[in-house]
Amino acid sequence: MTPFSFTRATDPDEALRLFEGNASYLGGGTNLVDLMRETIARPERLVDVTALSDTIEETADGGLLIGAAVRNTALAEHLGVRTRYPVLARAILAGASAQIRNMATVGGNLLQRTRCLYFYDHAGSRCNKRAPGSGCDAVHGFNRNHAILGASPLCVATHPSDMCVALAALDATVHLTGAGGARTLPFTALHRLPGEHPEIDTVLEPGELITAIELPPLPFAANSTYRKVRDRASYAFALVSVAAALEIEGGQIRDVRIALGGVAHKPWRATTAEAALRGGPATEAAFRDAAITELADAKPLSDNGFKVELVTRTLAAVLSELAGAAA
Amino acid sequence: MTVIINGSSATLPGDPRVSLLDFLREHLHLSGTKKGCDQGACGACTVLVDGERILSCLALAVQFDGRQVTTIEGLSDDAGLHPLQQAFIEHDGFQCGYCTPGQICSAIGMAAEAKRGLPSHVSADLTAEVTLTREEMQERMSGNLCRCGAHNGIIDAIRETVVAGMAA
Repeated sequence: MTPFSFTRATDPDEALRLFEGNASYLGGGTNLVDLMRETIARPERLVDVTALSDTIEETADGGLLIGAAVRNTALAEHLGVRTRYPVLARAILAGASAQIRNMATVGGNLLQRTRCLYFYDHAGSRCNKRAPGSGCDAVHGFNRNHAILGASPLCVATHPSDMCVALAALDATVHLTGAGGARTLPFTALHRLPGEHPEIDTVLEPGELITAIELPPLPFAANSTYRKVRDRASYAFALVSVAAALEIEGGQIRDVRIALGGVAHKPWRATTAEAALRGGPATEAAFRDAAITELADAKPLSDNGFKVELVTRTLAAVLSELAGAAA
Repeated sequence: MTVIINGSSATLPGDPRVSLLDFLREHLHLSGTKKGCDQGACGACTVLVDGERILSCLALAVQFDGRQVTTIEGLSDDAGLHPLQQAFIEHDGFQCGYCTPGQICSAIGMAAEAKRGLPSHVSADLTAEVTLTREEMQERMSGNLCRCGAHNGIIDAIRETVVAGMAA
């Protein structure tokens, strides 16, 4: 591990002051410490932000404001999350292991890096995300786990988070503070597609700090869930995943939220499928057709063509389950 | 900066690169906690911090100022083994034993989580009281790998000790 200095911030303003030059904010460390040990991340200063807000508060309009230092376990355990946003509790519980969920913070979960093996293999592989301009060994390599949507010739990595897929479906907002003051962003605008700069995962400015995530009131999210398909039954990253919430009235779909994981460089909000479904019949055929429409621009690689059908089947199964629960 | 390890105070290392795992093993010579993968994949380094199970390999020791850490060495005393340690022996919950300290600390943390009602990935109802079925225990212990394949004995030992303790 490259030497670094360590400081601990007690409030957001202090965190911003302590963040200088080649620095990183540190949450639970479950990804960053590993990346530092592999010398893939080499910050000279770490600013521990785990003493910042770890509360979950009701908002005036009936949503929830989740402090960035809330641990993943605490968020999944919160009764309001379990009853009003079950998709979020289920996504968190589908991720990592209990030990890691006890350590990991909400803010850190958002900023974790891809688990593309070529990104990690600093000794033997080319990776534009790790070393810009070096090339991508995944495009023509072992790319079974990689993106089918929104990739670029420079990077086909996927975003690894489960929690973020649920947040994308729930119309969450990210609260930020930085040198230019405080601002908010729609959650779906936080992460980038790789384009020409796969080394940049998010639209955050240097030193900008995530202070909270806000969930809007979304009553029909009480009928929501998360399904993750992976190579083993537990403790593995997603091949594909689906977060969805469904509202049905008289057999017709009144409203729906869908996001996909394991398919792109960012959590993929499936707005095309949502638009195709809204106002239509809640049938398995309609669910499949909506998935196929969403995936019309999918560009599978040599090893991951299975993801197109897997997403289609998983999305249809999840929406059928939710339709059954709503009926 | 100090941390409480198994009831005794210890001064945290000056170098922030030292993981909680290396601090325990190399600085304090508490070698019960094991280094398996050193990258958060195996669970051999699991310890309890303020009663919650975490991975000490991914934890920087300096982050634990003022916290209470319990390792496998802190579970037994002069009166004998912790009941879960004894149950691991009786149910053949190990062969080589390398994952065992992490398994035992993890199971104790798991029991506390279940008792306070934390659901898991396999819980059908997110708000129901937790019943630690075999499937629930397997899911909740999935962060602890046993390369010898003693998982069935491990689950039996946990069921006999932890689940019985919860029911009592």
